[in-house]
Amino acid sequence: MQDLWFFLIAILWTGFFVLEGFDFGVGMLHGVVGKTDLERRVALNSIGPLWDGNEVWLVVAGAGMFAAFPGWYATMFSGFYLAMVLLLVALIVRGVSFEYRGKRDGSRWRHTWGGLMTAGSLLAPFLIGVALGNLLRGVPIDASQEYTGNFVDLLNPYSLFVGVTLVVLCVFHGSTFIALKTSGEVRDRANATARSAGPAATVAVVVFAVWTLLVADQGGARFLVPLVAILAVAAATWASRRGREGRAFALTAVGMGATVLSLFVALFPRVMVSSTAAAQSLTVQNTSSAPYALTVMTWSAAIFLPLVLLYQGWTYYVFRRRIGTNDLEQGAAD
Amino acid sequence: MRAMSKLDLARLQFAMTSIYHFLFVPLTIGLSFLVAVLQTKWHRNGDEAYLKLTRFFGVLLVINIAIGVVTGLVQEFQFGMDWSAYSRYVGDVFGAPLAIEGLGAFFLEATFLGLWLFGWGRLPKRIHLATIWLVALGASLSAAFIMAANSWMQHPVGYQLNAAGTKAELTNIWSVLSNPVFVWAYLHVLLASLVMGGVVMLGVSAWHLRRDSDVPVFRKTASLSIGVLVPASLVALLVGSHLGVIEGTYQSVKIAAAEAQWTTCQPCSFSLFQIGGFGDPSEIPTKIVQVPHLLSLLATGTWNGKVDGLTPLDAQYQQQYGAGSYVPNVGIQYWSMRIMAYLGGLVFLLSLWGVWLLRRKTIERAKWFQRAAIWAVLLPFLINTAGWMLTESGRQPWIVQGLKLTRDSVSPSVSAAWVATSLGTFLLLYGVLAAVDGVLMVRYARKEVAETHATDEQGEPVVAMTY
Repeated sequence: MQDLWFFLIAILWTGFFVLEGFDFGVGMLHGVVGKTDLERRVALNSIGPLWDGNEVWLVVAGAGMFAAFPGWYATMFSGFYLAMVLLLVALIVRGVSFEYRGKRDGSRWRHTWGGLMTAGSLLAPFLIGVALGNLLRGVPIDASQEYTGNFVDLLNPYSLFVGVTLVVLCVFHGSTFIALKTSGEVRDRANATARSAGPAATVAVVVFAVWTLLVADQGGARFLVPLVAILAVAAATWASRRGREGRAFALTAVGMGATVLSLFVALFPRVMVSSTAAAQSLTVQNTSSAPYALTVMTWSAAIFLPLVLLYQGWTYYVFRRRIGTNDLEQGAAD
Repeated sequence: MRAMSKLDLARLQFAMTSIYHFLFVPLTIGLSFLVAVLQTKWHRNGDEAYLKLTRFFGVLLVINIAIGVVTGLVQEFQFGMDWSAYSRYVGDVFGAPLAIEGLGAFFLEATFLGLWLFGWGRLPKRIHLATIWLVALGASLSAAFIMAANSWMQHPVGYQLNAAGTKAELTNIWSVLSNPVFVWAYLHVLLASLVMGGVVMLGVSAWHLRRDSDVPVFRKTASLSIGVLVPASLVALLVGSHLGVIEGTYQSVKIAAAEAQWTTCQPCSFSLFQIGGFGDPSEIPTKIVQVPHLLSLLATGTWNGKVDGLTPLDAQYQQQYGAGSYVPNVGIQYWSMRIMAYLGGLVFLLSLWGVWLLRRKTIERAKWFQRAAIWAVLLPFLINTAGWMLTESGRQPWIVQGLKLTRDSVSPSVSAAWVATSLGTFLLLYGVLAAVDGVLMVRYARKEVAETHATDEQGEPVVAMTY
């Protein structure tokens, strides 16, 4: 049952990046694909009805860790303290800028919130990437499962690279999303962005995959998921260059998902590696809740998760139409 | 002055971020129900005014949901960041309601909010109406799971300690969800949320009535909010009073401290107001007004009920749990209880005044009432804050009543400097957000109701609320 919950947590993080990944991308790119305020609004409104629901995946991933693996949650969140503060600031600033940007006219107001949104959308996936990278690479943890390192210990080449990889993937994923969901010049610029982001993302994922396998050093069939990530991102690059927008987006989604999942596959059965002594690593066994609590949670996940997928899927169906500048002109932001 | 310890800073941070979070949450819950009612009225009778009102108050709702959501993230992360020892100890029990909250409630709220906002004119009217009700349902379900978790800290049930005594483990989720503290505290929070939504709606409506802007439209929300406030504020007071009796059973110290009752009494009188007497048993307070028997009635539900005093309770706890002091900050308890109850009563009186004016059909012209209703917008924020101070500060020194002390719960691996950095960061950020939110709220609350463009009558779609 602990293994099942490790798998579920991995799925929640993966789902978070597949969905919120393109929201991050749109946040970073709205100033690139949109030159005028109206065009920027087109980009932002493409994720308008979706991003809030997508972000809940993070909330549930965090709460799931708290409930299923309190030891993991406690060590990770207290150990990565300052990084977590930064992450929260990024998420808060980004979240409110969606709402506040359009609430006043005036270019200074809009530039400020737009800039904050770009910064927050870049910083958030980067920091989460650094945190996830550190889980695998290992940080100082003592025998009582307490983090004994410092903030600087988190800034190692591998983890920073994981952060960069996720940012580049979010840019690629976001650009294929905008290309698929908008029309006119915004769409053209998104396609141009995707064409240059594709190769960069492919290179990043190849390096990430090899480096992750080396760092994990666990052998077995664990190379399969990173391999899927490489193939998907490469195929997405090809598809976006051929102008196949739907296919490109589907493939960046797979590539993003497989990349994040690779980290968890490489971790298992550990959840947080100790660089102090391998025996002091946190594992699914030594950090989990007792069977009864896990059973309760399994039931609630079995009931609610399919429902969530159903109504979130329906949301995507309702808002499947492309939007363009003329959709927004009539209804000034309330 | 002694430098603040890591524990002090972490407590301050939790208090600050929780109070702040809860300024927005009840407003979201209350307003989402009221907006749903407005839209339902429009759906039922096709009166254009209700459509305008739905969208007008919908914007206020959305401005606040944004802050409520992002500050909720801080709450979730903070348990692990600042209180890792607590998280390890209780995660098995405490984590489950939080996870279920995310899965079963928050997903619902966030997803259907997007559908509601952007679904104008795109969804069939009936389904679009259902989405706002689902937002309201999601928001109130969210609160239920959070309250279940919090109530477990006030009165832990449905658990056992593991063999080593290092962890509380869940043994019965139904006990956690039927905890009497939870049932009554949740009802109290829901009613407080309705009061908050009602007071804000009334205040905004009064502002417009006072300036003769859209009078026929805002008269409708004035009467709707008064109609909600009368029962909600009265029942909230009664439920709160019963919650006091329940908590008194499990947390006698909390109630004794709220009355600054050092010695055991029977029957007990209630002091409406006192100066001093909060520091220690030897201090003689200057009681201004006392009502005989009232404390017995409030604390025990009986005319001559006995209320244990702080001094004997503290002695009893020391025998049970070891040396130390088990008395919370009495001054905070005494005043937060009174601020909550007195201001709550004031809201009830205001709503009665409103009923009288509505019956005489003079609410449009009642300048004094309008002025009072505008300023009353501040009351629910004070009431809710006081309510949480009473609940949370009254549990001290425990983090989980009788099980774990707050001072043993802070993260060992975190330094005071880290907590100070984070506290400073959030103070700054929250301050800026409060200013921006306040400016936007006032700006939008003062707007005239927007013309809704081509509306339903010709089957024309209503424009979505875009970014």
